[in-house]
This record gives sequence, C-alpha cells and structure tokens, in this order.
Amino acid sequence: MSAGAGAVSGRPLGSGAGRRADAGRRIVDYAPAVIVFVGAIVAWELIVGALGLRAFILPRPSAIVAALADNWATGRFGLLPSWQATVFEAVGGLLIGTVAGVGTAFLTARWATARNTLIPIGVAAGAIPIIAFAPLMNNWFGALSPLSKMMMAAVLVYFPVMVNVTRGLTATEPAALELMRSYATSEWTVLRKVRVPTALPYFFTALKVATTLSLIGAIVGEYFGGSSLVLGRIIVQASSALRFDVTWAAVLLAAVTGIVFYLAVVIFERIFIPWHASVRADEP
Amino acid sequence: MSGPDGIDRADRVVRLSGVGRVFARRDGSVMTALEGIDLDIRRGEFVSLIGPSGCGKSTLLRIIGDLISPSSGSAIVNGKPAERARLDRDYGMVFQAPVLFDWRTVEDNVKLPLEIQGLDAARRQARAAEMLDLVELEDFVHHYPWQLSGGMQQRVAIARALAFEPSILLMDEPFGALDEMTRERMNSEVQRIWERTGTTIVFVTHSIPEAVFMSSRVVVMSPRPGRIASVIDVDLPRPRDEETRESDRYFELVTQVREALRGRDGLTDPDTEAIASARRTSTEGAVG
Repeated sequence: MSAGAGAVSGRPLGSGAGRRADAGRRIVDYAPAVIVFVGAIVAWELIVGALGLRAFILPRPSAIVAALADNWATGRFGLLPSWQATVFEAVGGLLIGTVAGVGTAFLTARWATARNTLIPIGVAAGAIPIIAFAPLMNNWFGALSPLSKMMMAAVLVYFPVMVNVTRGLTATEPAALELMRSYATSEWTVLRKVRVPTALPYFFTALKVATTLSLIGAIVGEYFGGSSLVLGRIIVQASSALRFDVTWAAVLLAAVTGIVFYLAVVIFERIFIPWHASVRADEP
Repeated sequence: MSGPDGIDRADRVVRLSGVGRVFARRDGSVMTALEGIDLDIRRGEFVSLIGPSGCGKSTLLRIIGDLISPSSGSAIVNGKPAERARLDRDYGMVFQAPVLFDWRTVEDNVKLPLEIQGLDAARRQARAAEMLDLVELEDFVHHYPWQLSGGMQQRVAIARALAFEPSILLMDEPFGALDEMTRERMNSEVQRIWERTGTTIVFVTHSIPEAVFMSSRVVVMSPRPGRIASVIDVDLPRPRDEETRESDRYFELVTQVREALRGRDGLTDPDTEAIASARRTSTEGAVG
C-alpha cells in the first residue's frame, strides 16, 4: 500500500482545495445520468397510471418496491434468502472460474505448446451457448446442490479471464525483457516483478465482465431446476403465478447485485493498480 | 600483450573479433546484419556507434551486451565471454524507450536492479538516492514515471542503469525520441555523469552532432552488410560545453563523420536517412 500513499504525496495538485474541486466536478459529471434515471422512473410511474396498464403487463415502480418489501424475508417468495443463495452461487462460480482461468493463463503464458493447445480449446468452449450446459451440470453436480449453478457461472467466467490474463502476461514490452535479461535474473523474478504487474489491468478488465457473467450463469442454471429459494426460481414461479410485481422485484435485485459486483471490482482496481492509466487521476 | 590498436589487455573492456550476425527471414532466406566486426574498447572510453538504419549498430550493441549472440566471431567483455559478463552483471542498459515500470515510483524503479542483486533495504535506499542526485531528480523520488517528462524519464533510466555500478554502460539511441533542445541538455548531462563515474560507455545514435559532442571515438558503420566503415578519434578538449559546439574543430569532426557516413557508394545520403530514422519514434527492429 506504500504505492497508494506515494501516489498521493507525489501529486503536484494533491491539495484539499483541489480534491474538493474534483468532487464538485464529479457531481456535475454524474448529474445528467442521475437526472435521466430518476426522470425515467417518475415517467414510468406516471405513464402506467395514465394509460391504466394492468399490473401483469407492467407494474408501477412503487408496486415493485412494495412487492420487494412484502416478500423480503417471509412469504411465498422469500426474496432475501433467494438473493443470498443466488449471490452465493455467483460468487462461488466467479471464484472457481477465475482461479481456473488465471491458472490456465499462467500455463499458456509460460509454455507456447500449452498456448497453442489450450487457447483454441478455450475459444471453442467460449463459443458454446452456456444454456446447453445447464442440464448436464445438474446431472453432474446435483440439481439441488449450489455447486451445479456455480459451475454454470464458472464456465462463463473462465473464458474471458483466461484469454485476458494470458494476453496480459505476454504483453510485456520486449525492451523490458531485455532489461531483465541484462540483470541476469530468473524467469520467476521476471514473472513476479514485470509480467504479473503488467497483467493486473488485463485481469481487472476481465473481472468487470466476469462478475456480470457469474450472475447470468447462476440465474440461468437456476431456471433448469433445483432449490426453489433462488432468484431464478422466484422469477419463473412468480411469472407463472402472474405475480409480475414480484418478478420485477427479483429482476431489480439481480440488477442491483450486478452493479454492486462491478463497483466492487472498480474499487479493487483503485486499490491495486492506482498507477494504471485507466485509474489514475492526474497526468503530467 | 596488446591488441591490434595497441591496447593493453588489462585496459580493455570490450574486444570484438570477427563478429558477424545473420538473421533468418520469414521466407527462409538469410540476411547478413553484421560482418567481420573487429573493435576494441578501452576502459573509460566513450564510444559511439553511428550509421544509417540497417547498418546493424543496435545489433552490435546487443551482441556486446549478450542480449543476442553473434553467428560468428567472439565478443569478450572484461576478459570473459559476453554471457559470463552479463551473468556477472557487468552491464547497465539504457534503451530508446525509458522502460520504466508504471507501478513503481521513480525511486523504486531505480531500486529494481538492486533488489535483484539482493542488496538490503538500507543500502538500496542510499544507492538510489545517490543515483537520483547524480541525474538531478532528487525532488522527484516519490513521483511516478508517468508524471515526468520524456527527458526526466530517460534520466531515471540512466540512474537505474548506473545503480549497480556497471563497468560498462550500453545506450541504444537513448535520446532518439526527445526534442533537439532536450537532447542537447541530456548530452551534456551524460557527459558530466561519464566524467564523474568513469564508466565505459557504448552509445548507439543516429545523430552526428550527438556522437561528436560526447564521444572519445566515433565508430562509423555502413549498411548491407553492417561493417565498420571508419573509426574517428574525437580530440575535443573536455569538459565540453556550449563553446565546444561552436568551435572549428567540432565542425571539422562533424564534417569528417558525415563524409565517412556518406562513404563508399555515395549514391544514398546516409545522413538524410539517419535524420529521417531519428525522427521515427518507434524503436528499431533487431536489425537496426
């Protein structure tokens, strides 16, 4: 973390006033998006009322929020336990897929033979429509076990992580490798001091995609059977019971979760690669 | 025993004898980048390799530094094969791009070779501070490379290259990407550093004024295949400064180098080509 501290002390414009001005500018930057978002919600509420649309066509935002509150912890559609179960599956799948993807990337980056063998297979695997896997995963890992959903998420996560991290590990400038060669250093040191830091931005880019994919994988897996207290089942069951307000509430939860996952990656990025062009605030 | 130039063995840092290098092209044909290079470099000398694109000067530098190996002949550095010298960390390298690591502060970039060398933290700290003083960047220790100008980044690269007191500093067009004003300032700076440290420097460049201003000897190379066309001793008094750049002897030597560059075939003007190549910001390929 000395890197982060160094960045702040090294900033020529790191004064409190400068930072307040930054915050002010940021609010101005985000204002249009917030206004449009709030406006759209209000318009939705008003238009549904004005047109007299029935709740099963399109519920009002206020009705969705009410459904969310009514079915939070109890009731036929327990949203909180379902949400927890789905997040558990998505995070588990994210971990499995990421570890496998990063592991393969280290192999492919190190050995050209592994690269030539595994990358085509990875690309092929990435091209398979994930939905085709769901019944198989249920069969292999048990429809009732969260592991079958995790594996759905993991398969989706694996591909972008593997490809991006491989690219990152091999993206080192030739001159940097010549420099390390002139230091007569081991390949292990080159990996630690040059290749891994170079690959970090690629890894975080992959994670931003992977977090969203992990939720998709988990929810799609849930559609194909298993425990009933999961977001995917709630969406299916509420829809067949014509409780579209509950369906929307579940969709809302999934969407918010996806955004939170994404923001978490952005925060990790600021912590771990404050030096990278995509993150750093000040240029010379 | 003394070599062909009458250099004592103990005094000799680099001895190249009959060095040649061929590269295989993609279509299977062979390209001769260097042929029959004989060159001795004395301890404490400042030698420039100059020539048009494709004359193999960067290749030659890389052979001295054991970044690539010669196809024929031998490269002896500090009395041992170049590979042994590299493993003994006898070299400091500076490339056209500064090759600084964005995740390290200026200070931590300079400390990198010292970490690899296994120095303890206190000595790394002291040594890095000393080197950054030498290149006059002591106020930027905690900055990141991307917060510095191109010239400053290249000074960090020089500080890093000097950090473990290499007996020979190899510089591959280090100022090729800098503007003329900055380049002249950097030339004076490198000259000052060279005088203070006494390190032997081999310097690849496209620029005739740069080569003449800094060197004790200028090695002029000709292309296809890369050969040494002539070696010109630069007897300008030191320390060299702005007055040197305006002296008659300086102009004579610049002209002498230019004529040597124009050399044998006289058809192409290597000087024009050299300037055009210097303007290109991208680094040369392996053949450069």
